Amino acid sequence: MMKGVSKRIGSIKFSCVSPEEIRKMSATKVITADTYDDDGFPIDMGLMDPHLGVIEPGLRCKTCGHKVDECPGHFGHIDLAMPVIHVGFIKDIKRLLESTCRICGRILLTAEQIEAHRIASERMEELGGDTIDQKLLTKETSKDASSKPICPHCSAEQMKIKLDKPTTFREGDDGHKLTPKEVRERLERIPDEDLLPLGIDPQTCRPEWMVLTALAVPPVTVRPSITLDSGDRSEDDLTHKLVDVLRINQRLRENRDAGAPQLIVEDLWELLQYHVTTYFDNQTSGIPPARHRSGRPLKTLVQRLKGKEGRFRSNLSGKRVNFSARTVISPDPLLSINEVGVPITAARELTVPVHVNEHNIDFLRTLVARGPSPPEGEEHLVGVNYVIRSDGRRIRVTDRNAETVAEGLELDYTVERQLMDGDVVLFNRQPSLHRMSMMAHTVRIMPGKTFRFNLCVCPPYNADFDGDEMNLHVLQSDEARAEARILMAVQENILSPRYGGPIIGAIHDHVTGAYYLTHDNPKFDSMQALTILSKLEHKTLVDPIEIDGEKYWTGKQLFSLVLPPDFQAIFKSSICQNCDQCKKEDCEFDSYVKIKDGKLLCGTIDAKAIGNSKGKILDKIARDYGSERVRQFIDECTRLCLGAIMNRGFSTGIDDEDIPEEASLQIREFNKESVEKVDKLVESYREGTLEQMPGRSLRETLEVEAMKVLGKARDEAGRVAGKHLGMENSAVVMAKSGARGSMLNLSQMAGAVGQQAVRGERLSRGYWNRTLPHFKKGDLGAEAKGFVANSYKSGLNPTEFFFHSMGGREGLVDTAVRTSRSGYMQRRLISALEDLKLTADGTIRNTADTIVQFRYGEDGVDPARTVQGKAIDLDDVFAEVLGDDAELLLQLEEASIGEDYATLEKDEMEFIEEEEVSFEEPDFGGE
Amino acid sequence: MADILTFNVLEHSLVPEHYLLTDEEADQVLSKLRITRDQLPKIRRTDPGIKVLENIYGPIDEGKLVKIVRKSETAEEFVVYRLVIRG
Repeated sequence: MMKGVSKRIGSIKFSCVSPEEIRKMSATKVITADTYDDDGFPIDMGLMDPHLGVIEPGLRCKTCGHKVDECPGHFGHIDLAMPVIHVGFIKDIKRLLESTCRICGRILLTAEQIEAHRIASERMEELGGDTIDQKLLTKETSKDASSKPICPHCSAEQMKIKLDKPTTFREGDDGHKLTPKEVRERLERIPDEDLLPLGIDPQTCRPEWMVLTALAVPPVTVRPSITLDSGDRSEDDLTHKLVDVLRINQRLRENRDAGAPQLIVEDLWELLQYHVTTYFDNQTSGIPPARHRSGRPLKTLVQRLKGKEGRFRSNLSGKRVNFSARTVISPDPLLSINEVGVPITAARELTVPVHVNEHNIDFLRTLVARGPSPPEGEEHLVGVNYVIRSDGRRIRVTDRNAETVAEGLELDYTVERQLMDGDVVLFNRQPSLHRMSMMAHTVRIMPGKTFRFNLCVCPPYNADFDGDEMNLHVLQSDEARAEARILMAVQENILSPRYGGPIIGAIHDHVTGAYYLTHDNPKFDSMQALTILSKLEHKTLVDPIEIDGEKYWTGKQLFSLVLPPDFQAIFKSSICQNCDQCKKEDCEFDSYVKIKDGKLLCGTIDAKAIGNSKGKILDKIARDYGSERVRQFIDECTRLCLGAIMNRGFSTGIDDEDIPEEASLQIREFNKESVEKVDKLVESYREGTLEQMPGRSLRETLEVEAMKVLGKARDEAGRVAGKHLGMENSAVVMAKSGARGSMLNLSQMAGAVGQQAVRGERLSRGYWNRTLPHFKKGDLGAEAKGFVANSYKSGLNPTEFFFHSMGGREGLVDTAVRTSRSGYMQRRLISALEDLKLTADGTIRNTADTIVQFRYGEDGVDPARTVQGKAIDLDDVFAEVLGDDAELLLQLEEASIGEDYATLEKDEMEFIEEEEVSFEEPDFGGE
Repeated sequence: MADILTFNVLEHSLVPEHYLLTDEEADQVLSKLRITRDQLPKIRRTDPGIKVLENIYGPIDEGKLVKIVRKSETAEEFVVYRLVIRG
């Protein structure tokens, strides 16, 4: 329950803890390295002393008397026989030793210099310097001090301090060791007044505390032992390490007290230092990590906190949540784009809390009375899993007690009702690279075991259905639901803030369907037209055209049904051939799209019109009619296009890459010519008659020329193949309309694969002076350097296949490298920007309220509301004001919306997806 | 310091214009933005741009404001204010 007072934290201060304080807060002194006695009871003053807290249920803590979960655990301590340096402070200790006098302990600065530091520090505070700035200043001051050879206070000569990693200090030219005890004595000598310029607040910290004389022993709750099935106890890594410390500490004390030789004592002292060091950080460079008996390195204090699996990143920045579900996804084109199909089994587990009031109490009573598992019938009935009373007590509703609980329902209770149609949920797919990776959908409970959604929403999630899984989170409060509805709903995210264009739109078959519905305006008889339209909500049909007494509806008429009645647009479609002189309405390819008053007058609807990232119509409807209308348009368009493609039927197969005999002959002929041309080039290179290009060596010239010739060969093959593959070919239709694939893909399948390259050069490595042993050494001809004259369909010969694999491998390696790098870059970028926010005065500020940018994006414009990144679409304004006259002004040579960005980003995301499993952040030196 | 400056960085086409504000101007800017000095972005005294200004106006103390007008891809011209700090 949300009770109590919440307050803002003003500041947090971290400091060192003194040995006295360690002893004071200690519940018990730990002296024995043993943990349990023969009977399995913890030994007093051992590491598992019952004073340190309880981990076994039923027992009570000997310090506070509370049970498990109530007792937070209590610290103990170990008195170290000899002082030991704390690795975590090694740099500070070095700095302090260097910048203070080895004799008198004063800082090696004159009074004026100390005063100068004080003033600079105060000035910095005043001008908004943060702790990092202060630290830099302190570092500077320390550097000034450490460069002084003679103490300005006692005139003692200073010696050079060297740090022998990780924890040994050496002094002077002879490099004699400073024992931790000596180090501590020196630190003790530094007077309080000299600490401030060195960056230490003498009120809370003394430097000698950085050399340990007492070691705090964390409560057992921090290092619980686990009882294995076999009954054996397995201790935590920290406990193991503490045992080591205790054991050596004991031996050191005994030897020292017995007056053992100095050498032995020193050895033990160093061993104790090693154990204490690894107790703090087991990855200290310069010393071998302490290992478990099995050889696994121990996970000590620093390892618990650091890195991806550490406390900060995995437990504090990220948490596991309730009210969530995860399962496989599958497509359902009949769902709206803002819906998600949730399986019944999941819906019965996920709940929404409903506060009982006088208006809903009767309704909620009927729900509670149904219990947690109402019978599955025609209609899905919503049940109730829990009822929470006003005092916060949770009652589990079962089939048995449902009736009684329902009767006992009172105002101010909360009912945890099962998920039902219309609930708002968040839907997410990893990797969550942009904000569209997590959007709000409304629930549709469905039979089956998968989450289902409209295919148009695949691009923002970068999802496909080859086994992808997605997560769903049920919102638990009204604020959350309202926020999600307004900000995160799918229809609110159709226009991407990455470029001012739609990211949700028709893909694959929808585009093909739209093409077949509108290209060359096909006629549908009433049967066909109504079959197509039956998928849509009720629409008033327009008057059909009549041919020979038969009534027909044209595809363009049908498409116009889903457009807003006053919609206007003019653009060129994807299939546009980019003729020199555009014939506009009379375009022989039907690629000049003109929509007036919601009627498609001419042109083909394809990817340029409704596709994701390019769709002009989507873009315009989203901007001019609002998110709800685009949602409706996309939904209806999906159904219409699928109706159209199902009416016609569509398939592609290997015979779509069939080309006539004479065409393949022509390609083969041209390839042969090109190979010969390269041979000739090589010949002239050898003879020295090849004309050198400026800025290139002769060899480079040859390579460039050869690449040029062979590049032309592939293009020519593609052109010849393309000539024989017309718009009646399914694969070509898909490529040209922008549904899937490209003409390059097709020409590689039907024509020739072409030259393979690694790092933009013809293949050259493998054997000595040749790529494969099938060629002569030094062969520079086309075949020997990776030219693939065959097509994917005709099949590659063994050497070609090998070359193709070489080229393919480069792509894979690039992918792997790019993924890890871009992932790490993204992480750093997000860390830098995560706390910035746009304030009411238009400035961007961080949490310290300092200005980062004086105006958002410098122009204060939301990129999601721009047209291709520009604040105003002048063409559109002209068209609106001038009507038809504007056509003359329209620049149809438009820059395509975000196409480049979209593909680029998608590639990047695909790389990341492929690597998802093995994704590991490279360690570039910590956080 | 002035003598080692052989090239005026402010004359470079990629370096935005820097203007030193008088204390009155600075106060006006601060009151217009309704902020205190510590909330401004910073610029170091050792910044080459500040060094050029020092060449003209003499030493510039910490706490002075510099107005920087730079070309912006989105807003054509954009004005930022920076607080001079030590360093």
